[in-house]
Amino acid sequence: MRVMAQMGMVMNLDKCIGCHTCSVTCKQAWTNRTGVEYVWFNNVETRPGLGYPRMHEDQEKWGGGWVRTAKGKLRLRSGGRLKRLSRIFSNPKLPGLKDYYEPWTYEYDTLLNAPAGDDVPVARPKSLITGLPMQIRWSANWDDDLGGAPEYAPQDPVLKKLGDLVKLEFEKTFMFHLPRICEHCLNPACVASCPSGAMYKRVEDGIVLVDQDGCRGWRMCVSGCPYKKVYFNHRTGKAEKCTFCYPRVEAGVPTVCAETCVGRLRYIGLFLYDADAVLAAASVENEHDLLEAQRAVILDPNDATVIAAARAESIPEDWIEAAQKSPVYALTNRYRIALPLHPEYRTMPMVWYIPPLSPVVDAVSSTGADGEDKDTLFAAIDQLRIPVEYLAEIFSAGDPKPVEYSLRVLAAMRSYMRRINLGEERDESIATAVGMTGRTIEDLYRLLAIAKYEDRYVIPAAHVEAGLALDEIAGCSLDYAGGPGMGGTGPFGELATVPASVETFQLTKQRAEANRYADLPEGTGAVDLLTWSGGTPPRGMFPPRRDADGQDSP
Amino acid sequence: MNSFIWIVVPYVALTCFAVGLSWRYRYDKFGWTSRSSQMYENRLLAWGGPLFHFGILGVLVGHVVGLVIPADWTTRAGLSEENYHRMAVTTGVVFGLMTVVGLVLLVYRRRLTPSVFRATTGMDKAMYVMLGGVIAVGMYNSFVVQLLGPGHDYREDVAVWFRSVFWFQPDAGAMQGAPLSFQLHALMAMGLFALWPFTRLVHVFSAPVGYLVRPYIVYRSRDRHGSARPPRRGWEKVGS
Repeated sequence: MRVMAQMGMVMNLDKCIGCHTCSVTCKQAWTNRTGVEYVWFNNVETRPGLGYPRMHEDQEKWGGGWVRTAKGKLRLRSGGRLKRLSRIFSNPKLPGLKDYYEPWTYEYDTLLNAPAGDDVPVARPKSLITGLPMQIRWSANWDDDLGGAPEYAPQDPVLKKLGDLVKLEFEKTFMFHLPRICEHCLNPACVASCPSGAMYKRVEDGIVLVDQDGCRGWRMCVSGCPYKKVYFNHRTGKAEKCTFCYPRVEAGVPTVCAETCVGRLRYIGLFLYDADAVLAAASVENEHDLLEAQRAVILDPNDATVIAAARAESIPEDWIEAAQKSPVYALTNRYRIALPLHPEYRTMPMVWYIPPLSPVVDAVSSTGADGEDKDTLFAAIDQLRIPVEYLAEIFSAGDPKPVEYSLRVLAAMRSYMRRINLGEERDESIATAVGMTGRTIEDLYRLLAIAKYEDRYVIPAAHVEAGLALDEIAGCSLDYAGGPGMGGTGPFGELATVPASVETFQLTKQRAEANRYADLPEGTGAVDLLTWSGGTPPRGMFPPRRDADGQDSP
Repeated sequence: MNSFIWIVVPYVALTCFAVGLSWRYRYDKFGWTSRSSQMYENRLLAWGGPLFHFGILGVLVGHVVGLVIPADWTTRAGLSEENYHRMAVTTGVVFGLMTVVGLVLLVYRRRLTPSVFRATTGMDKAMYVMLGGVIAVGMYNSFVVQLLGPGHDYREDVAVWFRSVFWFQPDAGAMQGAPLSFQLHALMAMGLFALWPFTRLVHVFSAPVGYLVRPYIVYRSRDRHGSARPPRRGWEKVGS
């Protein structure tokens, strides 16, 4: 057993209203640059729908993820090493810009500069790629909230798997939102695809990153990732991806997407897992066994042998403690209601989802029945095959049982807590119907419905020696590149800038917590969301408040 | 003049090449990329990219064989001059054609696809002119001189000069016997080498052969460098 720590996330889809706040704040923090205009490290898809990039789940087309060979070995779906290297000059499986969308702006200047005339000036859309006028035909969220669903939804690769069943019943539609970030997989296909070895998984917290100095722009990672969550910066020629906001997480602060989530549906915490068991778990023969195999790789942080093994791997005590309090471990392995996204890709994704009960509740309520009654809900879960099987295709490789179990637990929680809210007696039979006790249901309720900030995010800070923080106080310099001995300003210019480091961030965080934000020049309109701690509105976001007597107050 | 062109110029070009590459590697790793434009356009690239690259790799092997291996080695190995010539011209023409067709496709694509053209830098254009020029003259040598014309045994002059440069005993006289088009090809190639480190051509030196042997999943420690900055002089850790 080789214990490693992994940062993980769980999203409770029942609470997602599809407001896209996570996407917008993420973009503002990470991808508001030329070259990544089209990139959304975090995006929210409406399902059924095509997703972003369009139909990214169609692995017949994109060849992402792993497959199990007849001999029981894992191989990248796009082929062996030599085969993929031979395609380096033109990657046949790379999504084009059109599969994401062509980013655009509008000719705002014409609104201001058009000469007086009979015609009202208009701001035509202009491509940010070609600089030419363009027709907007697609974007990252063209089919948001089932917009254009009759045309687009039938192409949904997940719906296609369900076949004719859906065509008959599509009028009785259902819908939910699916926020997606990088999965920071235990067995990442993108890392395995990178010819340069520039992509890596961090030993300390399992976050998957791209070394921007090592990336040579071969684009194999974009194809390798079955979730299409590695993006190509067409200006710099380098791959970029969700960083799990590592500068924030290292400081013990949740990611920007989680921090700004309006529905408070994201949970961040640690997993302890057995790194030696990952490959075997990802190679199990039956796809339906992948979910359980993945759960089995995750270790019980309260188990004495696990704790001893973690200490032997010099995982710090506060990290072990955080793993014991981890909300994500509770949801995936203790309550067993969180499910991974497409386990059949065999990448062991570490962003998990609680499937949404709302399509079921909506269907029940629309018939006039009691949407909070246990028996009605249980019956509906059994009868509403399409939502359940659709969810199963997404979260459990097509096996409806785990999805049904999650939904039944949510339904039981709903009706159990309804009785309490109405002042009725606790009905223990509701809890036992899903193999729980009233007590655990109330615990789950606290975690899912009350969802206190400190319950949702249990993030231990990264360990840095105190000396390094002192280093920071001494001032900021640019003598960094590649490591020790590379420092200094050379005769031909400055070396690379200081990386976003926990050393920098700890201080920024302290400033933020004292409500003194990292000083950005005022009036520039720049809002630094990356270092925002969530205590007060970020500086620069809103104009100064006016007092009653008209004076500006900060 | 002769010694300027065949002694001074090559050493200036090679120095520029070597120093430029190490400078770029040290100070601009972030800029070291193939800067692919595949996302913009893939239909033409799907043909042009592989044709050009596999072609130019073949051409590279041909040049190594022709310039580095002395003629009497191949003769001693049992390959007659006549057979060598036939082999060299055939493979040269095949790979050369692949290169040219690929390059034409790529340049056509670069100029006429608005998105690709917009992403083309001044340095890219300079590089295309140099690279295209070297290839054009090279193809003239292969086709007009070697295949259709009388043929020229460059192993008696160009190759001798080429090797002498690397032994630091440059033999400028050896180039005297070479036809003008061969001299021009060599001279332009030196220009290309001088320009090389400052263009996207640096990606040639990132050919990912290590991928064939490394483990699939790469792990790196956050603390690989200990600190974001190297310790100051006098503050190194004990034992370092």
